[in-house]
Amino acid sequence: MTYEYNGTVVETDEEGYITDISLWTRELAEFIAKDENIEMSNDHWEVVNFLRDYYEEYQIAPAVRVLIKAIKKSLGTDKGNSKYLYELFPYGPAKQACKIAGLPKPTGCI
Amino acid sequence: MLHTVNKSPFERNTLQSCLRLAQKGSAVLLIEDGVYGALSGTAHAGEIADRMDDFSFYVLGPDIAARGLGESPLIEGVQVVDYGGFVDLVAEHEVTNAWL
Amino acid sequence: MSDEMGYQGEVVKRFMYVNRKAPYGTIYALENLETVLIAAAFDQDVSVVFVDDGVYQLKKGQDTKGIGMKNFSPTFRALDDYDVEKLYVEKESLEARGLTAEELVVPVEVVSTEELREIMAQQDVVLSC
Repeated sequence: MTYEYNGTVVETDEEGYITDISLWTRELAEFIAKDENIEMSNDHWEVVNFLRDYYEEYQIAPAVRVLIKAIKKSLGTDKGNSKYLYELFPYGPAKQACKIAGLPKPTGCI
Repeated sequence: MLHTVNKSPFERNTLQSCLRLAQKGSAVLLIEDGVYGALSGTAHAGEIADRMDDFSFYVLGPDIAARGLGESPLIEGVQVVDYGGFVDLVAEHEVTNAWL
Repeated sequence: MSDEMGYQGEVVKRFMYVNRKAPYGTIYALENLETVLIAAAFDQDVSVVFVDDGVYQLKKGQDTKGIGMKNFSPTFRALDDYDVEKLYVEKESLEARGLTAEELVVPVEVVSTEELREIMAQQDVVLSC
């Protein structure tokens, strides 16, 4: 699978996660999001940026339970809950947001 | 607990670590290259011979035969088992710890 | 064995992962860490042990840029988020390598061989590599 945007081709695995995370750009994120039927708002970006920071620090894409807990810790309970995050990313805040964030599929997701 | 060891004591410290961390009364089964540890008269034979009171030692016969050691003397007290005996040992113990 | 029930009613088992190999020479260390995270995501009672060269996995200051491999040592610091709080390092292994707990990337419980033997004997599943 590949994403093609602005004349660039980016390779992905069979589930649509890009294989070279260094090729991620904000434009690519917007493109993947559109492919997932998500219109990126500031709230979406907050989660995507959070995931990218988490990956930068721990070298891992967190499982959904871990993501919710970590967001709760740093952004508070209004955002660190599954209802809020599933509203933003209906197919799973970890899986779908990681895809948009250009990260691997979260460890612990089968 | 049943412990299996599959590395030669001449190449790795797997056997040493297993015997250091296993509780007394455990069973230790030597398989694959681990069977070299069961031979008597080697530089490492003492590691098992000295712990006979603490553990019951087994060695997998087919792995001994495969390595041309079928006629070689084993450390006294080490019991040879076949694959059926391996299965029995796993079944007899609630937990198996495979040292690699 | 004392299986207990998890919050969704599943059986929780005590899983112990024993790391005995240094981080980059073989794939064992990384694979074992991934297995730990998966077990933790399934709400199992996970403990992680570092003995022999396994203690080198936790050495601070790893920089893998030059060898083209992923530095996974920062991931040990995420274990707490996964509710993996029992990290044991065998004192003898640490001392034999001239290391101290202060040189490790995460806080660990340094235990003697004797203590580790007891903890290992209490597990439902032990996975060594």
